[in-house]
Amino acid sequence: MRREWSVAIAIGALAAALALVAPSYFSAENLRDIFLVNMPVLVAAIGTTLVILTGEIDISVGSAFAVCSVAAGVAAKAGMPTALAGLTACAVGAAAGAVNGALVAYAGIPSIVVTLAAMVALRDGLRWTTQGAWIADLPPRFQWLGVAQSTFPVVAGLASGLLVVAFAWAMRNLAAGRAVYATGSNAQAARLASIDTAFVKLAVFTAGGALTGLAALLNSVRFNQIPSNTGIGLEMKVIAAVVVGGAAITGGRGTFTGTVLGVMLLGAIGPALTFFGVSAQWERALQGAIILAAVTVDAARAGLSRTALVGA
Amino acid sequence: MAGLLLEAAHITKTFAGVHALRGVSFDLAAGEVHALVGENGAGKSTFIKIVTGAESADSGTLTVAGRAIHRMDPPTARALGVAAIYQNPALFPGLTVAENIALPLDGGRAFGRVDWRARRRNASQILKQVGAAIDPDREVGRLSMPERQLVEIAKAIGANARILIMDEPTASLTEREIGGLLEVVRRLRAAGAGVIYISHKLEEIFAVADRVTVLRDGESIATRPRGQIERGELVRLMIGRELTTMYPKRVVPLGDVALELRGVSNRTRGVRQISLTVRRGEIVGVAGLVGSGRTELAETLFGLTPPDEGDILVNGAAAAIASPAHAIRLGIGYVPEDRQRHGVIPAMSIAANTTLSNLAAVSSRGLIDRAAERRASTKYVEQLRIRTPSVLDAVEGLSGGNQQKVALARWLSIQPAVLILDEPTQGIDIAAKAEIHEIMERLAEAGVAILMISSELPELLAMADRIAVMRRGAIAGIVSRSDATPDRVMALALGHAA
Repeated sequence: MRREWSVAIAIGALAAALALVAPSYFSAENLRDIFLVNMPVLVAAIGTTLVILTGEIDISVGSAFAVCSVAAGVAAKAGMPTALAGLTACAVGAAAGAVNGALVAYAGIPSIVVTLAAMVALRDGLRWTTQGAWIADLPPRFQWLGVAQSTFPVVAGLASGLLVVAFAWAMRNLAAGRAVYATGSNAQAARLASIDTAFVKLAVFTAGGALTGLAALLNSVRFNQIPSNTGIGLEMKVIAAVVVGGAAITGGRGTFTGTVLGVMLLGAIGPALTFFGVSAQWERALQGAIILAAVTVDAARAGLSRTALVGA
Repeated sequence: MAGLLLEAAHITKTFAGVHALRGVSFDLAAGEVHALVGENGAGKSTFIKIVTGAESADSGTLTVAGRAIHRMDPPTARALGVAAIYQNPALFPGLTVAENIALPLDGGRAFGRVDWRARRRNASQILKQVGAAIDPDREVGRLSMPERQLVEIAKAIGANARILIMDEPTASLTEREIGGLLEVVRRLRAAGAGVIYISHKLEEIFAVADRVTVLRDGESIATRPRGQIERGELVRLMIGRELTTMYPKRVVPLGDVALELRGVSNRTRGVRQISLTVRRGEIVGVAGLVGSGRTELAETLFGLTPPDEGDILVNGAAAAIASPAHAIRLGIGYVPEDRQRHGVIPAMSIAANTTLSNLAAVSSRGLIDRAAERRASTKYVEQLRIRTPSVLDAVEGLSGGNQQKVALARWLSIQPAVLILDEPTQGIDIAAKAEIHEIMERLAEAGVAILMISSELPELLAMADRIAVMRRGAIAGIVSRSDATPDRVMALALGHAA
């Protein structure tokens, strides 16, 4: 839990500094904007947390996000109800994830290679299919999921909050959660303990894909058109949040609390720069510094003392 | 004593207030093999770390070849000719033997350019010196464990090591390979090197050591010349209490056949035509050299690499075991050889490790009942006397013996019909070893059929009702307890008539 505390303290310190220097940061409008921008990141990060917990990585999240966004838009324009358009996005994401997962789990190809190929193939496949055209003239009932613009943050907030709580609970209390940690911690030992580690990997990639689809839906409904180049660099944002949240990139260690805090810290820092009067150009550099700080602290602590995350 | 290579006096070291070493004194002469024995946690590793400079002592003095060393660190140790060889050699598997041996030797040419011819020449020369017939051009990753160990020794000799520390060098070797290694140790001694030899295997100590120092709870209890101590006393000094017998095995009435193999083969893994039965309450030992197919047989039975020929019968019913999950459903448990990598999941808690194969027992409708899990795990911790403050602690913090007990505990929860143990006491101290044997006996009494792979002859002879000796993937012979002698088992393993 220690990493979660240090990230929480960092968020607290940032908030305190903002309260002193730029209290307008806390205006309802600004907070809502930050929330809406980062909610898709959070939803996608849930999936990436699962993938990273099994010791794998998925760098095709941004491309899959674009494909899912376009799929949702096309489905909505074809007259499907929003729920069905959302399901389409999730299904497309899950299918892409399942292909990645199957290649990793059953063909034994390293996930960085598989998802690098997927990242390029999905992105360029989409570019070729859409010829770079945006999906415009989305039906009004698609906007804001069909609820009022002011209600949407509440609905979306509840949905993503519930999702995080459900996943966090499942990881602690379901055999499936135990299997994910065991697979990432020591795949061979997990196999000998009767866990089907290949299936676990297929499952996390598939779930991650479905969550990317959901993230794409929650993002798309905020605009009246969908750019076909959306989601560029999303995978890096998501992986960064998970790593800052304390998950071990080698698998087996990490929590959803950490991921939520990681998304919050990295999401809050960019707008904060503007309020501090610093150029927003520094956002990425600062995020990089935070990631570096997080892993450096890890490296320094490694070996000093270790506690079990599972069953603790 | 003249010609002392190393003299450590009154070394004390504490970790977080706990004394790992208290006033340990130890010396090593040129041309001497000085054994260091003690249970796990007695302070052997800490002492070695101080000698090699990996840790610094809180107080005490180190003198190497007459020179007092004020600050020992790894480069200084290397420069002084101190080299340590561990159980798992620290070599580069992707490089050749010559490259591995040459790594500390390279240099001297402009821009660090490599002189390949000299490398190979040096390597063959050094290999000859330690008496190893290994082609210097072979890739280390393709060598067997004993060959790697020889390369590690050659590397140390090549770096002009005068003080060689061997930490459990024989843990993964078979009896014959151990003989070869001990021969190398004697050769090093004859060449004037000093060897600090650490082993749990007393027969090796008596075969090779000139002096023995016993560590217990961080203190040096006694140092004796080999001729002036006998086995029983040594064990007594190590554990500080009497052990009536190291390997107890009571006679248990045998039940029905729990596991039967009829002509089981696994050609890709090199397992050929194995026919064998194990009855309830019986312990069948599996002997053989490393590479004789013992672990491969175990993995075939457990469904990791299913057989391509023959029948496996569990409790009389034919079973086409296709996966570990399938094997577990049939009541087969498997404690693999390499417990750190395969036996336990180090980062997870003891509780999670013990229930991992049978989460259903502590779950209802897929939901883990964490209180029930803790209770179940606490029960095993008590039954197996696993020493830990809490079942919620990570397994990685436990000693080797206790980790092995956790690996065993996992299988108790499925109430196995058949338990396959691969080197169950490898690298663990004598007291924990006796406890593991005691657990095996209780399981046998409870009617579990046990297949025990072991490279330690005394363990096999004492614990097994019958010993199946494997050679080149097939069974060379099965000897019953009453007929089993070390000579007979070794003769079968080596393939010449006894």
